[in-house]
Amino acid sequence: MLTKSLKWVYVGIGLVLAIVPLIWMVAGSFRTEADLYGHTASLFPHEWTLHGYKGVWQQLPFLRLLFNSVLFAGVTTALTVLFDSMCAYALARLEFRGRTVAFWLVLVTLMVPFQVTLIPVFMELFHFGWLNTYQGLIIPRATSAFGIFLFRQFFMSIPKELDEAARIDGAGHFRIYWRVILPLAKPAIATVALLNFTNLWNDLIWPLVVSTDNTMQTLPAGLALFAGQHVTDHAVLFAGAVISLLPIAVVFFLAQRYFVAGISTSGLK
Amino acid sequence: MTSLARKVPAALGGRGPAGWLFMAPSLLILGTFVLFPIGRSLWYSLHNWTVGAAEQPWAGLDNYTRLFGDAQFQRALANTLIITVASTAVLVVVGLGLALALQSENVVSRVVRSVFFFPTVISLTTVGMVWRFLLDPDIGLVGGVTRALGLDPVNWLQSTALALPTVIFVNVWKNAGFVMIVLVAGLKAIPGEHYEAASLDGAGRLQTLRSITLPALRPTMLFVTFMVTVQSLQLFDLVYVMTSGGPLDHTETLVTKLYRDGFVNYETGYAAATSWVLFIVVVLVSALQLRIFRYNDAD
Repeated sequence: MLTKSLKWVYVGIGLVLAIVPLIWMVAGSFRTEADLYGHTASLFPHEWTLHGYKGVWQQLPFLRLLFNSVLFAGVTTALTVLFDSMCAYALARLEFRGRTVAFWLVLVTLMVPFQVTLIPVFMELFHFGWLNTYQGLIIPRATSAFGIFLFRQFFMSIPKELDEAARIDGAGHFRIYWRVILPLAKPAIATVALLNFTNLWNDLIWPLVVSTDNTMQTLPAGLALFAGQHVTDHAVLFAGAVISLLPIAVVFFLAQRYFVAGISTSGLK
Repeated sequence: MTSLARKVPAALGGRGPAGWLFMAPSLLILGTFVLFPIGRSLWYSLHNWTVGAAEQPWAGLDNYTRLFGDAQFQRALANTLIITVASTAVLVVVGLGLALALQSENVVSRVVRSVFFFPTVISLTTVGMVWRFLLDPDIGLVGGVTRALGLDPVNWLQSTALALPTVIFVNVWKNAGFVMIVLVAGLKAIPGEHYEAASLDGAGRLQTLRSITLPALRPTMLFVTFMVTVQSLQLFDLVYVMTSGGPLDHTETLVTKLYRDGFVNYETGYAAATSWVLFIVVVLVSALQLRIFRYNDAD
């Protein structure tokens, strides 16, 4: 009995710590500056206002940031799913010379921290003239070794007889990949897509480095830079944070099991 | 060109070098933006490389020796290690507690687990921002409650003594749900017979935890500590938003240092050297973990 109540005290404290900051942020986006300074001990606004949600469009290039985030995370995720699954198809189901070498090359890229390559990649993009461009943001991130591994693992569990049957019917590799393997790989696609989308949507250092121009920044970079200045209206910042969290929160509640599956095998930044 | 135009569909149809063709987009990207830059980064780190300079003179190991005489680097290295060790230790204890408390498959446990897991998907930028203002003595709830209790509010992030522990706390806040979820999966994989055997032998709760649960969880623990340490060693967003490395470098990490040198001061070679030190630290810490969690011969 004692251990049981101790357990719920522990979980209860945890719940308060987990929830209160988020409520305070959401409530803060509806608060006036005077209210925020005047009633610091209160979790909720004394008087609700929508000026934060209006100000976010005026004080920040918010529509542009939102558009950039959607484009960057959306297009990159689509390309990653396509390229990773193609690469994994070759690694898992085709026999050819150099396959082991290719697999090791992918493995190496998984082990080296992203920061080691950040500076040379920045220089490459500088030489290509790709800084402050969408191709500069998207193409270097359009494949992930983690996705290749996850797809390879999944594809290896699909019986080989399916390919053979399709081959007897005259299907080529591309048709087998597109018509036989991919339709069976929906859970893997969902996991790779969700995880990549979340990571890219949330990423700060990459857009910060590639986009120095503030019309080319994504939401996290735009908000971080805004927060780094002297903040005179916190509701605006909180409103921006709430809007940028919204799509991820919706996807999280709809597709939690894919998140759990993906994150517990690969982690999230 | 015409021969290529004929070969590509032929390979996709099952003839010719289909394997390489399927891997081409990924390998091209990984080659250009990961593999080549790894070598390039080592090259930069051995030069006195500055963006836009007419000459990039060879420097040998000068950048590395300079790093170890740089007080800011020493701080960054020490802070990174402190953040990593402290976050990992606290996360394992807190996460295991939550996992043990919430491992059953009823509605309440499942909902509570989702709540704890949710911060995992919030960006570190947002997490850092919320906590920065939450802890702000002028506008934050924490300061407000402190005042309401009749105490003086603490300036958590401006204090050289408290800033680093506060960053660690927020890192734990963000990742506790991740550790919990992975450990719950690990707990479910333990066969029920093991617990039955233990209770037949008259083992108490603590004894069962020590002799059944923890040994069986070891592979899961290895995985989860590995993920958490690598994430903590590379911590950037949280610090960038909460303190920018301050006060007086007391929360500077290897990656904020690298960012500062490489992208604010444009000392490319010097920043590249820091990134290699980071890589070596990641390798060493990972090797150390493998040793700690090594399976005994008895297993």
